[in-house]
Amino acid sequence: MSESRFLPDFEPIAPFSRLTESGILDSGESPMSDEAVLEALRYMVLTRVFDDKATSMQRQGRFGTFSSVRGQEASVVGAASALDPTKDWIVPQYREFPALIRHGYPIENFALYFMGNPKGGTIPPNVNMLPMQISLAAQIPQATGLAWGLKMQGGDGVAITFFGDGASSEGDFHESLNLAGIVKAPVIFFLQNNGWAISTPRENQTAARSFAERAIGYGVEGVIVDGNDLLAVHEVTSQAVAKARAGGGPTLIESVTYRIGAHNTADDPTRYVDQQEFEKWQQKDPVERIKNYLRSRGIWNENLEQEMLDSCAAQVDAAMDIARNTSLATSDALFDHVYAEPPQRMQNQKSHWANRNGGVS
Amino acid sequence: MIEAIRECLGQEMEADSRVVVIGEDVGVLGGVFRATDGLQARFGKDRVVDMPLAEGVIVGSGIGLAISGLRPVIELQFLGFGHQAFHQIGQQVARLRYRSQGRHSLPLVIRSPFGGGVRTPELHSDAFEAFYTHTPGLKVVAPATAFDAKGLLAAAMESDDPVLYLEPLKGYRLTKDEVPDERYTVPLGKLRVARAGTDVTLIAWSAAVNVAERAAEELSEQGISVEVLDLRSLNPLDIDGISESVTKTGRVAILHEAPLTGGFGGELVATIQQECFYSLEAPIIRITSPDTPYPLGGVEDLYIPDVDRVVAEVATLAKASA
Repeated sequence: MSESRFLPDFEPIAPFSRLTESGILDSGESPMSDEAVLEALRYMVLTRVFDDKATSMQRQGRFGTFSSVRGQEASVVGAASALDPTKDWIVPQYREFPALIRHGYPIENFALYFMGNPKGGTIPPNVNMLPMQISLAAQIPQATGLAWGLKMQGGDGVAITFFGDGASSEGDFHESLNLAGIVKAPVIFFLQNNGWAISTPRENQTAARSFAERAIGYGVEGVIVDGNDLLAVHEVTSQAVAKARAGGGPTLIESVTYRIGAHNTADDPTRYVDQQEFEKWQQKDPVERIKNYLRSRGIWNENLEQEMLDSCAAQVDAAMDIARNTSLATSDALFDHVYAEPPQRMQNQKSHWANRNGGVS
Repeated sequence: MIEAIRECLGQEMEADSRVVVIGEDVGVLGGVFRATDGLQARFGKDRVVDMPLAEGVIVGSGIGLAISGLRPVIELQFLGFGHQAFHQIGQQVARLRYRSQGRHSLPLVIRSPFGGGVRTPELHSDAFEAFYTHTPGLKVVAPATAFDAKGLLAAAMESDDPVLYLEPLKGYRLTKDEVPDERYTVPLGKLRVARAGTDVTLIAWSAAVNVAERAAEELSEQGISVEVLDLRSLNPLDIDGISESVTKTGRVAILHEAPLTGGFGGELVATIQQECFYSLEAPIIRITSPDTPYPLGGVEDLYIPDVDRVVAEVATLAKASA
């Protein structure tokens, strides 16, 4: 009898973390300066203010269906804070508001997009991002090619792409990890395992014990991080970015977090979420956790908290005002930017639509 | 024709270091049809890349390469395998410029052989062009001659819009015509009058143009003068060029390899009846494959319209009246 031909089993790895659930740092050095933590916290608070505002506007019929970041703020901000917006690219899904804003995408454009105004899709010239992706996982090959292209042209920029546990079941995820491993693309696959793909629990996506270990099959490094620990997420993402810049290739980061709330404003999670589990995760609020850390550092108090809240509210209000006062596009918006050199037939349609007798071409 | 494509790729790669070629077997092998033969030796493994066998990421990563500043030419080994990249082509390639409000143009070309007649294995031979002409944001060209193959490819590579460049499987080696050595372009959206005539306009593209021309030759012996239009480009469509011919002949036959229902011929019929209704002397006919899956090679000659069928159908059309 020969030895088993099956691959050896191995112990699942616990998510990497730096902060206890009450926000106390372990005995090592913090990977972020106090200033950097305060800046990151502001993006987290800004996100919460925006989410609340947008949700309330949605309920009043003034905002479209959209997906809140609630519960995942440390995950998204921790990842984004490892990037250099002047040369790194974000290839988003749709639940990464603070990462996009930090990279330079205007809040009003984000709002306009979810209000249904095509102008919201406008990405300013120096902002290194792709449009938000709705067709899940389709962005992952694009990020891979983008990162690969940056490397081919001799740059040291990297691309990070965001997606969820659900999207990792798509073929695009697997094809991309496979290619990225082969060409050593400087790409960071940032998988937010928030427990849910709308109503489908993580257990229905894969029998693997973790998402990160899938990287092994592609010759890519994987890592699991506590997604509600800002410092830990920042640290592993920074390591992945540094490795990619230095030519070390891709990393799959599984950020273990939880969606506190609905998939989007059209969803009703009471139909499928276990209340006890939900409450357990509510106790692990990433925003409170990092505030506790700052308190432990003696640099956080109620005055600062109120100041930050007020300044975020003012910023969101100003952006929402711009969005509300931006005219809904004319029919030209159906045609503009489809082609660099538009076919005559579409040009004719554009004039017909402008003259309100669309349908004839 | 395959030499014309290869020559064009070589010239464009020479002239522009941003051009990269990616696809299955495009490197050492030079592509299963040798369209990229010798390119990897000339330009290196970084610019002519053998990709893992996964059409979705071949096209999807091509999008990323284009955004990074390169001008990728993607080879899909057969259009029949394009379904495995259809979400990237239909939803992503075609829409990215619009979705980003003009921020990200996609100067990429997807080259793919399509159509039947050469006894390929199953699922290699379908003429799926209509899926892509129904995809706003994507240009679709399908040359029939070696001259056009080179000039249209150069134009497609020059364009800042994504172009699906369809190559006739059957015409790869069969089609031989004079091709200038120097670089030139054939504009997207301009048809070619492959043969002038006065009685019937016979519209075709890609490999079907050759069938149309041979049918027209036989029909001329019966005293029927057929004008053969080679569309060259399906989007943009040369509506003026079609109208000019139809206004002259008053009778139209459309020939394509794809099945009848939902084929691009239906779009042409609708366009022609709208543009040229009062010039028509008979109902427009379509000569196509049946509404069945593409068969195995042993019976494909029964499936694709051949010269005899075209001759018979057009002869009837020439005598028909409205």
